[in-house]
Amino acid sequence: MLRFLLRRLGHGILVLWLISMAIFALFFVAPSNVAQTLAGRQATPETIALIQHRLGLDLPVWKQYLNFVTNAVQGNLGYDYYHQVPVTTIIGQALPITLSLALGAAVLWLILGVTNGVISAVHPRSLADRGLTLFALFFYSFPSFLLGLLLLYFLYFKLTLAGFDWFPAGGYTAFSDGPGAWFQHLVLPWIALALLLAATYTRLTRGSMLDVLGEDYIRTARSKGIRESRVVVRHGLRSALTPVVTQFGIDLGQLVGGVVVTETVFSLPGLGKTVVTAINQQDLPVIIGIVLFASAAVVVANILVDVAYAFLDPRVRLH
Amino acid sequence: MALLEVRDLKVSFDTPDGAVRAVRGLSFDVEAGQTLAVVGESGSGKSVSTQTITGLTRGATVSGTAYFDGTDLITADQSTLRHLRGARIGMIFQDPLSSLHPHYRIGWQIVEMIRAHDSVISKKDARKRAAELLTLVGIPRATERIDDYPHQFSGGMRQRVMIAMAMALDPALLIADEPTTALDVTVQAQVLNVMRRLQQQFGTAIVLITHDLGVVAEMADEVVVMYAGTVMERAPRRDIFYRNHHPYTQGLLASLPTRSGERLTPIAGSPPSLISLPKGCPFASRCPHVFDKCRTEAPPLADIGPRHQSACWLPVQASEAIAS
Ligand SMILES: Nc1ncnc2c1ncn2[C@@H]1O[C@H](COP(=O)(O)OP(=O)(O)O)[C@@H](O)[C@H]1O
Ligand code: SF4
Ligand SMILES: [Mg+2]
Repeated sequence: MLRFLLRRLGHGILVLWLISMAIFALFFVAPSNVAQTLAGRQATPETIALIQHRLGLDLPVWKQYLNFVTNAVQGNLGYDYYHQVPVTTIIGQALPITLSLALGAAVLWLILGVTNGVISAVHPRSLADRGLTLFALFFYSFPSFLLGLLLLYFLYFKLTLAGFDWFPAGGYTAFSDGPGAWFQHLVLPWIALALLLAATYTRLTRGSMLDVLGEDYIRTARSKGIRESRVVVRHGLRSALTPVVTQFGIDLGQLVGGVVVTETVFSLPGLGKTVVTAINQQDLPVIIGIVLFASAAVVVANILVDVAYAFLDPRVRLH
Repeated sequence: MALLEVRDLKVSFDTPDGAVRAVRGLSFDVEAGQTLAVVGESGSGKSVSTQTITGLTRGATVSGTAYFDGTDLITADQSTLRHLRGARIGMIFQDPLSSLHPHYRIGWQIVEMIRAHDSVISKKDARKRAAELLTLVGIPRATERIDDYPHQFSGGMRQRVMIAMAMALDPALLIADEPTTALDVTVQAQVLNVMRRLQQQFGTAIVLITHDLGVVAEMADEVVVMYAGTVMERAPRRDIFYRNHHPYTQGLLASLPTRSGERLTPIAGSPPSLISLPKGCPFASRCPHVFDKCRTEAPPLADIGPRHQSACWLPVQASEAIAS
């Protein structure tokens, strides 16, 4: 177990290192005009050079990278180019928003996907099964930004016109400033993100439940005279969850993309929206900081999923 | 009255190719404390018939009756069946490697069974009972092994666990569906021994499904020989071996490996399709004694001796002459 963790952590660090180099390389392939933008249109070349120097942009790229890495390992991700705010502070402010979005959506999509999948599998080829499969396929092939926009159009715009202003157009209220408002602001983004991913889980759970319900040990469970609901959940779903957990690990990476789109559509100032803004402004420290942070989160989450997998299946040994 | 009386059981499955008539008018009795062996090649309807009786068959059209202790299992509702399963009717299956849930500890699985039917027993007592049962079926260091997962046991040991579980609530009837088929020969004998010992101790009746007449010779009181969903011959064990009448029974006996070598003569050909059965005797296409009448008229299951019935047109003396 310990060796497994160390090895996976080692892998993770290697991945982060490669990602950070790739971003640096990409950034310096295109000519930067950050200093120009900051200095304003009438700035003299001397002013621009001064700003370049202050930001460390006059150093050779390898030197800049070395400085970045040296600071990063000490927990300092640098400062943004425009307001000199520490990147760690920026991440700290945006993180709760992204976490609220991602975790809420994950709970919703797992509940939706797994429940629908179980219902479909217990009554295969029934009306419910067909309906749920259609529902899943529909959202599976839906572009995520379009789903968000449609939700906004019908559930914000139309509803508000009709006199029900249940949902805001976007933005965010911290949980500590009012759980009700926090919830209101997140409902539509949660739905937008969850529907997209729930589809995969409906199909996955249905398939793996159908396989499991045909297993000999399910017949044994029935032969024991336990309730059918217990047969389905404790014996059936217990086994069918293993591939769901694996898929969850795979989807965490995909979730990052979904979060970026959803935050942009719903104007949630989370990590996704922040990084999009930073890219537009060529704000390198913020881009690197957030991308590395997100990558680290995915790496850690994947390790946790693997550990969960080993707990779910006693036959799996981590090595 | 027998403990279990099955009369004219018919089971068919609707498939895209047509109705599969897996069981076609099956009747047999099981007496309390006795062992009834149900023999026949694979596909003859042994599993379907016993699983239908216990309510485990899904999506089939079923008719007939199966009285167990005064209750007709065929018309009983699922809740009645559920209370009988496990508590009064224990079951074990062919493949011990896949019959236990891979994600739960052995003890947990036995305790679940006990507590499903005994709502007052404490977890601790149920666990103690589970350990006793494991000891009873010959699992060494049962109090430690109770917390092992199935994959930590060998096939034979897992089948012992299945037996322990099936016998946990002292059922009146144990249905054992090819319990030793997947095990190698020495382990087979051990598992059969365990079953016989528990049967004597608990007074359980056993329906033992097998295609191995060697197992029948060891265990059975009465024997039902099944083919293509119906009974071909039914008799006490001795008569099946020494006074058999049906050519199918004789074919099965001839394919039994002898003690000295492996002189196997399997029955040539294969069973008829259960979707479009031929007219006449279902065994006609493979029978060495087939004659005209066999192909036009199906022989009824007729009395040919005390507690001995056979479904074959051959005259009784003639066939016994062939057998000896
Ligand atoms: N669910 C089902 N649908 C269609 N046919 C089935 C189904 N279950 C069993 N059968 C058929 O019923 C016949 C009897 O099967 P089974 O009782 O398992 O045989 P045995 O246990 O004697 O080997 C076989 O031909 C099998 O293919
Ligand atoms: S009835 Fe005819 S075909 Fe059928 S078993 Fe008897 S002899 Fe053979
Ligand atoms: Mg079978």
